[in-house]
Amino acid sequence: MSLNVLVSLATAGGGYQTPTSAEFYQPLWFDGPFAITRPAVVLLLSVGLISWWLIASTRRTAIVPSKGQWVTESLYGFIRNGVARDIIGSKDFLRFVPLLFSMFVLILVNNIFGVIPPIQYPTMSRIGIPIALTLVVYVTYHYIGIKRVGVGEYFKHLVPAGLPGWIVPLIFVLEVITFFITRPLTLALRLFGNMFAGHLLLLLFITGGQYMIINGGIGLKVAGAGSYVMAFVLTIFEILIEFLQAYIFTLLAATYIAGSLVDEH
Amino acid sequence: MTGNIAILGYGLSAIGPGVGIGLIFAAYINGVARQPEARGMLQSIAILGFALAEALAIFGLVLAFVFK
Repeated sequence: MSLNVLVSLATAGGGYQTPTSAEFYQPLWFDGPFAITRPAVVLLLSVGLISWWLIASTRRTAIVPSKGQWVTESLYGFIRNGVARDIIGSKDFLRFVPLLFSMFVLILVNNIFGVIPPIQYPTMSRIGIPIALTLVVYVTYHYIGIKRVGVGEYFKHLVPAGLPGWIVPLIFVLEVITFFITRPLTLALRLFGNMFAGHLLLLLFITGGQYMIINGGIGLKVAGAGSYVMAFVLTIFEILIEFLQAYIFTLLAATYIAGSLVDEH
Repeated sequence: MTGNIAILGYGLSAIGPGVGIGLIFAAYINGVARQPEARGMLQSIAILGFALAEALAIFGLVLAFVFK
């Protein structure tokens, strides 16, 4: 059965084009490097929405909170206590809470936009936006590390104390690669890759299902319905991934900041 | 049948992280089963380990699209 489906698909004449990474470039106005694209509009929309929500829900704070205030407070408490205080430590976590909280909310709202019907575009699936966010984290953790001990001392701190002399140059090179290349690269690519791959998968199942139902015979119509069921299941899975990635990005940012604050290594 | 062999590279690069993530969450489940009150602490460690193990698979995915 499934082989027949495949053969009939192959002999159908290549009418269905599988979605590629080119689907993600959607300029709305102008063209070229300064085009106003769909992710730019979605990003601006998310910033406006977040600002409005945070101001509206905390303008009249009450001891018995309203529902909106409760949502904002529990999100803030989750980042403040669950991420910042647990990872950075209770001594100087408070000055990093605004950075971590705004990062978390921005990524979360932009990711959730990937499955909300009229918008349906995860902004983070354009690599430039995760790179910009990563740049903030990158500059922050190097800056606080260098400001605390000075440049020479900062590089000396990369190698843990008490190692035998011959192994120190090797560890130094490894640590420099980790701090300056691997960490920012993985931080940006993880967020980008998850959003990109998830959205591409949804695109494949939905457009493929549509094509099979419209153009296929009776067997393909059944397979198309199955494809829509898969799209539904994957959408639920996407929502989970979207929360998780926002959390992971914040968690790793906090971990890197904490690494620059501790005394040794 | 046409396609891109770089996608096979992504498949290969997903094996290691798949095994690694399985081991991490197996250890997490074991830990919570033995000591349910340590759940909160174990959770953030498990998710941190998951994020680090996942990095290789993400590299594979991105490189599969870069080397067309």
